[in-house]
Amino acid sequence: MIRFENVRKRYPAGREALCGVTFRLEKGEMAFLTGPSGAGKSTLLKLVALIERPTRGTVLVADQNTARVPRRRIPQFRRQVGIVFQDHKLLHDRTVFDNVALPLMISSLRRRELRGRVRAALDQVGLLRYENQFPLSLSSGEQQRVGIARAVASRPQLVIADEPTGNLDPQLSLEIMRLFGRFNDVGTTLLIATHDLELISRMGYRRLYLEAGRMAGPAAEPV
Amino acid sequence: MDAIARYLTLHADNLKGAVTRVADRPLGSLMTILVIAIALVVPAGLRVMVDNARALSGTWQGAADFTVYLEMAVDEPAAEALAGQIGERDDVEMAELLARSDALAEFRAYSGFGEALDLLDENPLPHAIIVRPAGTGADLDRLVEDLDALEETALVQLDTEWLERLRAILELARRVVDVTTVLLGLAVIVVIGNTIRLEIGNRREEIEIIKLVGGSDGYIRRPFLYLGLCYGIGAGVLAALIIVLGLGLVASPARALMELYGSDYRLAGLSPADAAWLLGAGGFFGWAGAGIAVARHLREIEPS
Repeated sequence: MIRFENVRKRYPAGREALCGVTFRLEKGEMAFLTGPSGAGKSTLLKLVALIERPTRGTVLVADQNTARVPRRRIPQFRRQVGIVFQDHKLLHDRTVFDNVALPLMISSLRRRELRGRVRAALDQVGLLRYENQFPLSLSSGEQQRVGIARAVASRPQLVIADEPTGNLDPQLSLEIMRLFGRFNDVGTTLLIATHDLELISRMGYRRLYLEAGRMAGPAAEPV
Repeated sequence: MDAIARYLTLHADNLKGAVTRVADRPLGSLMTILVIAIALVVPAGLRVMVDNARALSGTWQGAADFTVYLEMAVDEPAAEALAGQIGERDDVEMAELLARSDALAEFRAYSGFGEALDLLDENPLPHAIIVRPAGTGADLDRLVEDLDALEETALVQLDTEWLERLRAILELARRVVDVTTVLLGLAVIVVIGNTIRLEIGNRREEIEIIKLVGGSDGYIRRPFLYLGLCYGIGAGVLAALIIVLGLGLVASPARALMELYGSDYRLAGLSPADAAWLLGAGGFFGWAGAGIAVARHLREIEPS
């Protein structure tokens, strides 16, 4: 599902965030991307979501070479990737329902189908009862679950998450990770960046360890 | 069919969203709309005025008298006879002799040069015949030509000349209005463009998020275009109301003035076509201003 081949990313300021990263993530896999702050985790995910482009090397996502996706086709490209953010990135002037519906509205899904899918996604994260509330009336963990519902509402094959539990206590963090696990159980490919080693050591998924812009350890190949 | 229905739904949603956005901040929206409305009222109002003046000057055309000055050698009985002859023409309603003595008296009374006349040994004025053409159908040029050709005629003075001048002035005014229209149209585009630019700034986060979940440029652009359209059309409606109200206010004094001039001319109001133009222009400028702002600023916002 994701393939990086000798990917380098140097930011205009001159900082080299990734220096030659190679790894694969197979379809249906779930993996944690870990490593200290500043190791390049966020950059790696940005390359997957085409928020940034690699300076060198090849990034393939769902069999597409991202270098061959022109600017105007980026929206279509992003619709196949669900993204979860540390700061949720919810729209505070829209209800929970409308937030989750956003990617579906963009794909101009028919209203009835849209409603069904949004409800299903909210049900999966256990927040169906809050559909008419506004995000700010929810707790941080609940807001994050709304963000996850939004990421999965359009049923993408791939979901990426950047520090999804960064602001949550251990108990809530575990819940969120288990939620991701459930999506993986039904076939979604997930790549989750987190520096919470203690948390992920309790879960049995593959770990990709990034340090100073390089893949470290033996985890670069699928298990 | 399905695609069309979905497309229409999408646009209806956008329109609804834009109207809601305008209604959510009534005061700010009203200010914007008012500024744009004023920019629309000025050229549209001037146009209504100029059109009225043109229509009015048109009604004076047929009623214009003119004067035939006779040669100094023509004496009063001959002039009298000539006036009678002219008066019998089909295309003349009335021909009246203005004898040189009467003309002098009149000149002395009204011109303010009475004392200058005293210096002259004799009356410098010729006999004149005031001719009023029949109705509006008369061939004025032909009549003037015929009278000019008469042996006794020294000069045919068309009193319509000032009308010609007025018409030329009105033509000029119309041009000025055209230029004003273009300039204020640009002003409307700038005002709306600026409003939309601020709106884009306010909704920066939202735009980023929509881009992150795969919203196309078109999807992001649309609400802003509709917002511009709403401002423009709202301003068009307000401008039309202002003009109707303004015309209502001047109608009564204008009628009084017309009556003083013996005319029963009524001010022409804002025709439905004019009103449609106003709304159309407002909508167009609104859309265009938003389009320019969006094209310039949306690209700058990229998620990072």
